[in-house]
Amino acid sequence: MLDNFRPALIITRRELRDQQRDWRIILPVLMLTLLFPFLANFTTQRILGFVEKYGANIIAERFIPFLFMIVGFFPITISLVIALESFAGETERRSIEPLLSSPLTDTQLYLGKLLASVLFPLAAAYLGMSVYLIGIYRSTSWRAEPMFLVMIGLLTAVQALVMVSGAVVISTQTTSVRAANLLASFIIIPMALLIQAESVMMLWADYQILWWVILALVILAVLLVRMGITHFNRENLLGREIDSLNLRWMWHVFRDEFKGEARTVGEWLRWEIPHSVKRMSIPIVWMIILLTAGTYLGAVLVKSIGITPSFFSLESLNSINTKVLDQFRQFGYFETSGVFTIWWHNLRAIAIAILLGSFTLGVAGAIILMLPMIIIGFFTGLVAQTGFHPLTILTAVVMPHGLLEIPALILAGASILQVGASLVTPHRKQTIGEGLVSSLAECAKITLALVVPLCLGAAILEVFFSPLVLVRLLGLE
Amino acid sequence: MIQTENLSKKFGDFLAVDRVSLQVNAGEVLALLGPNGAGKTTTMRMLTSVLRPSSGWARIAGFDVLTQAEGVRASVGILTEQHGLYGRMSAEEYLDFFGQVYRMPADLRRKRTKELLEQYGLGGDAKRKIGEFSKGMRQKLALARTLYHNPPVLLMDEPTSAMDPESARLVRDAIHGLRSANRAIIICTHNLAEAEELAGKIAIIHLGKIIIAGDVQKIKLKLLGAPQFEVRLGVGSLDLKDTLPSDAWLIAQGEGWFQFQTDNPIEINPLVIQALVNQKIPVIGLSEVSRSLEKVYLQAITDAQVNGNSMKMSGDMPTDLEIQNAG
Repeated sequence: MLDNFRPALIITRRELRDQQRDWRIILPVLMLTLLFPFLANFTTQRILGFVEKYGANIIAERFIPFLFMIVGFFPITISLVIALESFAGETERRSIEPLLSSPLTDTQLYLGKLLASVLFPLAAAYLGMSVYLIGIYRSTSWRAEPMFLVMIGLLTAVQALVMVSGAVVISTQTTSVRAANLLASFIIIPMALLIQAESVMMLWADYQILWWVILALVILAVLLVRMGITHFNRENLLGREIDSLNLRWMWHVFRDEFKGEARTVGEWLRWEIPHSVKRMSIPIVWMIILLTAGTYLGAVLVKSIGITPSFFSLESLNSINTKVLDQFRQFGYFETSGVFTIWWHNLRAIAIAILLGSFTLGVAGAIILMLPMIIIGFFTGLVAQTGFHPLTILTAVVMPHGLLEIPALILAGASILQVGASLVTPHRKQTIGEGLVSSLAECAKITLALVVPLCLGAAILEVFFSPLVLVRLLGLE
Repeated sequence: MIQTENLSKKFGDFLAVDRVSLQVNAGEVLALLGPNGAGKTTTMRMLTSVLRPSSGWARIAGFDVLTQAEGVRASVGILTEQHGLYGRMSAEEYLDFFGQVYRMPADLRRKRTKELLEQYGLGGDAKRKIGEFSKGMRQKLALARTLYHNPPVLLMDEPTSAMDPESARLVRDAIHGLRSANRAIIICTHNLAEAEELAGKIAIIHLGKIIIAGDVQKIKLKLLGAPQFEVRLGVGSLDLKDTLPSDAWLIAQGEGWFQFQTDNPIEINPLVIQALVNQKIPVIGLSEVSRSLEKVYLQAITDAQVNGNSMKMSGDMPTDLEIQNAG
């Protein structure tokens, strides 16, 4: 294991030495490491002076740890530039070719460069944070809790790793630094939003939530590193001109995958669709697990946010209007137009899930599809407090339309997860582009042949039958 | 040492290399010639296990390019067209870095660095930054890197491009010196004179296919016909109709010279001289008319275009280089 990793360190050492000779890297790092912490110190002291004079000490208390995080974040932003230069720059200058012709494996090369991109900015970040802490201690005697230091240190490291691993994925899809810089906005914008969210948490002193942020970033980093290892290979780097967009070729790949071997619609439905479903067996299992987990999470939420049985009772629902079915009618139930409203709503949600899923390795898509199950779980948990058996409530809420809608959710989610998997899983026979287009075609195939009709059936059942079942089972009449 | 069989590479729908079969034995130098985009670089990349062949196979120094990529890469030294050096490193550091990549021990790296830098006239610049080097110096350093781990197989893409004549000569001499009984070399070049000078064998690749391959002299014979000779005379124009033996054909004549062609110069040339001497015509000299590789190359490419990228070669071609016929 260590012997396999050692060659990666040869690359890391060379790149670190190279970075230390590049004034374009050294100068901003020095400024952010040595000057910015002093500036942050100065700002903190001004704020302390201000709040001392006018009150609102809490602002000062929150501001010191907040600036500690920011002082660490600034130097690691350089890691993005270093990574783009290291991966896309070497490819553009062709200096990577002798390395690709050497006995180094793709993974060793990738890890060596990844480490080199992270280490220097991270060391600078920790140095800057230390300078800030010493300055603050000397001027205000403020001391951070050791656990807080560990948390911010980890947060900084994992943010650097996410930026660098994201930069590698971007670099593998371009053949020039210019194109990589353009694509870097896909990293910069989410990171800027994340920092804003983290700032809010810091100012509210919700430090515990930051642990969840760290966990989410670790998962993201693992996915991005896996994706980077998959895409950073000799074949991808030198095999083709990947900057060019060939719509015609994309259409051909999409059409061939969508149509498959079928010659008629009947054949397509009889052969191609069952084959596609079979191919998605693993994502289907994952979706079943996720939807079950979502339902459970919803039910658990009722207790965790402290809702007591007195908060909700079915009597209170009846007291609003004794004719519950009339309430349903007001929302378009028992009418054909209601079918289309619900159908359209579900299709729109699935379309958004597919769209977001394609950009987030399937994660956002799966989360969106989990939301209805979380709500159902929550409602079940809520009503269960009134004495009903959870299964009775679950049946009342999801039957009979759930018989069609839940399989539709599972299939849609599975095809979205498959799109994400196509990006993080190596293809021996297909290029990345082919893999992505093929999985999108598969997703379109499943959506059109199964999800859309299932959703229509579910909408019909939901509009004409589900309210009756709900009212009957919960005794709302 | 280098053996390929029906090696092909497809990028999407584009067939970059089409069923290339080659064999280069130890001690041989093969020049791979062809227009830009013909598939030379893709072939080289497959031979270094950088690109995976779509079909066919190749073995380099006994290692399979598909299943023993690490062994292949350790056995090959490749000089790429764009040498891609690191400008902020010194020449010494650069070579040492690649020595580490090839897992060479420190003492051997020190020895090899000194040796190669001296050999290519860069000894005095060992500690200078590569960014300050001229194009020729960079090319020499890239060549030193290629040879650093003493590989049994050398692949060189345009080894003397962008070099001044003196540096180019130095590199060509070095390549001459690299020919050894246990080393096989493939050179990709547009410089046909260089190819002729360095390589005993050529392969011309066009639209991904090898259209002709084999011994340079035999290919010349095949494409350009029998060798031509020029005789310089001590007199003005002559009527040579009855002077030349039946197996020699007069092809050109001028004041004090004539040219003839023959399939069998070993027997015919003395007869020509003999005939001239018998007629008391003073002979100043007899020499072979030089026919450049450029002519061969252009002829091969033209024939390939006319015949739809294929040339039928007769069975008398060398057997060690496979000839690609039309599919």
